Amino acid sequence: MTHDTFLELRHIRKEFGGFTALQDINLDIRKSEFVCFLGPSGCGKTTLLRIIAGLEVQTAGEVHQGGRDISRLPPALRDYGIVFQSYALFPNLTVADNVAYGLVNRKTPRAEAAKRVSELVRLVGLPGSEAKYPSQLSGGQQQRIALARALATSPGLLLLDEPLSALDALERVRLRQEIRALQQKLGVTTIMVTHDQEEALSVADRIVVMNQGLIEQVGTPMEIYREPASPFVADFVGKVNVLPAHVSGGEMRFGALRLPCDGADRDVKVYLRPEDVLARPIAEGDPHVFNATIEKIEFLGSFCHVHVTSPALDKHKLTVYLSLNFLSEQSLQIGSTLPLRLLPERIKVF
Amino acid sequence: MPLSTAAKLPLVRQRVHWIDHLAYAALALVALILMAFLAAPLIAILQQAVQDKAGDFVWLDNFIDYARTPALLESLWNSVWVSAAVTAITVPLAFGFAYALTRSCMPFKALFRGITLIPLLAPSLLSAISLIYWFGNQGVLKGWMQGLGVEQIYGAPGIVIAECFAVFPHALMILVTALSLSDARLYEAANAMGTSARRKFFTITLPGAKYGLISAALVTFTLVITDFGIPKVIGGSFNVLATDVFKLVIGQQDFAKGAVVAILLLAPAVLTFAVDNYVSKRQTAMLTARAVPYRPTPARGYDALMTLYCCIIALLVLAMLAMAVFASFASFWPYNLTPSLGHYTLGLVDAEVGVGFMNSLKMSAGTAFFGTALVFCGAYLLEKTRGMDKLRGFVRMLAMLPMAVPGLVLGLGYIFFFNAPDNPLNGLYHTLTLLTLCTIVHFYTTGHLTAVTALKSLDSEFEAVSASLKVPFFKTFWRVTLPICTPALVDIARYFFINAMTTISAVVFLYSPETKVASIAILNLDEAGEMGAAAAMAVLIGMASTIATLLFMALAWWINRRTQAWRE
Repeated sequence: MTHDTFLELRHIRKEFGGFTALQDINLDIRKSEFVCFLGPSGCGKTTLLRIIAGLEVQTAGEVHQGGRDISRLPPALRDYGIVFQSYALFPNLTVADNVAYGLVNRKTPRAEAAKRVSELVRLVGLPGSEAKYPSQLSGGQQQRIALARALATSPGLLLLDEPLSALDALERVRLRQEIRALQQKLGVTTIMVTHDQEEALSVADRIVVMNQGLIEQVGTPMEIYREPASPFVADFVGKVNVLPAHVSGGEMRFGALRLPCDGADRDVKVYLRPEDVLARPIAEGDPHVFNATIEKIEFLGSFCHVHVTSPALDKHKLTVYLSLNFLSEQSLQIGSTLPLRLLPERIKVF
Repeated sequence: MPLSTAAKLPLVRQRVHWIDHLAYAALALVALILMAFLAAPLIAILQQAVQDKAGDFVWLDNFIDYARTPALLESLWNSVWVSAAVTAITVPLAFGFAYALTRSCMPFKALFRGITLIPLLAPSLLSAISLIYWFGNQGVLKGWMQGLGVEQIYGAPGIVIAECFAVFPHALMILVTALSLSDARLYEAANAMGTSARRKFFTITLPGAKYGLISAALVTFTLVITDFGIPKVIGGSFNVLATDVFKLVIGQQDFAKGAVVAILLLAPAVLTFAVDNYVSKRQTAMLTARAVPYRPTPARGYDALMTLYCCIIALLVLAMLAMAVFASFASFWPYNLTPSLGHYTLGLVDAEVGVGFMNSLKMSAGTAFFGTALVFCGAYLLEKTRGMDKLRGFVRMLAMLPMAVPGLVLGLGYIFFFNAPDNPLNGLYHTLTLLTLCTIVHFYTTGHLTAVTALKSLDSEFEAVSASLKVPFFKTFWRVTLPICTPALVDIARYFFINAMTTISAVVFLYSPETKVASIAILNLDEAGEMGAAAAMAVLIGMASTIATLLFMALAWWINRRTQAWRE
């Protein structure tokens, strides 16, 4: 435990009947950090968040927040603000009453509460909306108000349970940047649950990748993307090509390509991201260059996902990203052959 | 392995906040009320059924005795075949009516529907009284009836016809719901394949309404077999189970046999409840969220036919209602038909039904107020608080149980339980308070289900948000849950009020001369041969219920304007 650890999870385990939702989760979260729990649905990320909130009770294990053991405390005795996917705004109360909901109970003087409310609605970018009812706001605006309500009592921890999932694509991108900016401004320790890898990569200080009740990897977005600790992480975060390979005698072979590799003789899988296969520059005599034939072009705008095969890869399919300009410059189409170069230092082997 | 180290750690239990203790205490209180006023009386019946007069345990002797009494067995057979006949007549008629309402472009649908629902506002025996005026000894159409070969209306024919009127609205409501749950896409696909109307009916419509039909048939059968008022008024010497219970318990003080009959009555109700539960689960599973509701298209001939059919049914219902109203104003049936208020003054003043009427209003208001409060708080505690899972399951079961208990059985249980001299609650016996409590419990389940539906439509995270903001649950209940649910609350209160006004079966065992209610007074007037006054009182109850319905509608409208401004 480092000196600035704010939230500490020790051996957290959760069972629902016979089903184990979480097995032995250990995690330290630093003060003012923005952490994302990322994983497919059913991986236990929401359960873990609800355990931190005290909304679910762990079967075993401890939760410490700010040096205090909160493992057995009911939600009302913990210190956090929470935002749900469904907003959970009180529909019969105005925006001002919603934001002030937690303040009123703390005997905050009326004038002070009103001041705090207007400060908060300005903070989330909706000044002047105090008198409106939630149903008069768009989804993104409602979620901003839910955020203001969660922050009103200045909690030490902000929990976000898939806050952006119910919003449309554009609003989602806008709001996630706003949340990030707000979090950095306030310095509040934040945990966000999401199944959207792009969302996690773009806002988090650190990402906790979870799968089947276990933590697969904890790391910065760059680490998660560039140095995936497991095949699951490599596959789940970003796109990846998977190719079978064989290691023997300090060398790994896949298709006609050779790369140095230590270890005993074994079959392995090579994980290679599409952007780590380049179409230029191609140097003469580079051992990592091979010829490939275009099988299919998936047009996605400025970039295309191009599916290629190559005798050098034993006919295994490979997806690469090529720019539209490059394709038209070289007048490439289905059936064309082109040289490609892979970046050996980027290859991951499992 | 990390798994094994974790397994050694002790099981974590969350500390209980004092506010949650409050919720537990409230839930325990609801459980206690339901145990005292529902579970205990039912247990008392079971106990009576296996005891002799001295209170010794006699195994199934009472049941064997019962089976050896030919007169009682005959009542069992009468009850079964009459109920079956009513079911066989009413369900197809109601299906046709529901079909016209949901699957045709017939005009005046709301009017037709409204007319057929009117009988719900008056005690069910109103139709029996009316039949006597139409076909009884001095009935207007007695000659017609005898021309058809029916010697007299008293007995099985009268019970069957009167019950058909009484249960028609119940069957209709179930079938309308079932037929409204249709997926237009199925019909579009069938049309695209050129399917005949007949084939569409038998392959799409009927299978789609299958569960509704089963449910309607079971509910009809149960309502008829457990109904007490109609056989009492028009049954003559034709005995059925429901009248037997009354005779055995009140007339002969034979509690053991009464309990046996009560258990016989409980059987179809419990079966209905179980099947209905199963069926409603299947029904919702059938319809996906993406189903497109069916919109009927105009078809002149077919719509005209449907209108004609509904006109006939509506006219029959109106004829039944109008006769009771007319007779209640007739000076001296059938010799002097000039209108007068004689029956009303006789009933209200001379026979002191005025007091009964006040009692009815008091009881209905009490049922509406306290019933709604109890039902809603109970449903809230069940749906929105955490912990105490065992108690929660138990209360949930108790809340559903009244649906399976006929009023007559519940009332009998109340006698056995509250009339016992060693019961500390004995003081409640014969009081209006007990009548009110009995009525609340009798109609608990429908109110409970309405409340649960309303609560389930709220965001399930309100309570989590409140806890995170350190606001106690009762504050959120008061500021958020209750205001949002007021329309449902008014609905529940109206349901309680009208059923309390018209109920007979449960309270018939529980009143004293001071606490007699109006619906019971009708039975007494009828017994005393004062048919006109009985009709007048039934009409008065119907009018009171109608006024109450209108008031509740106005209240709902006013509350909507006041508290639902946030709804767009």
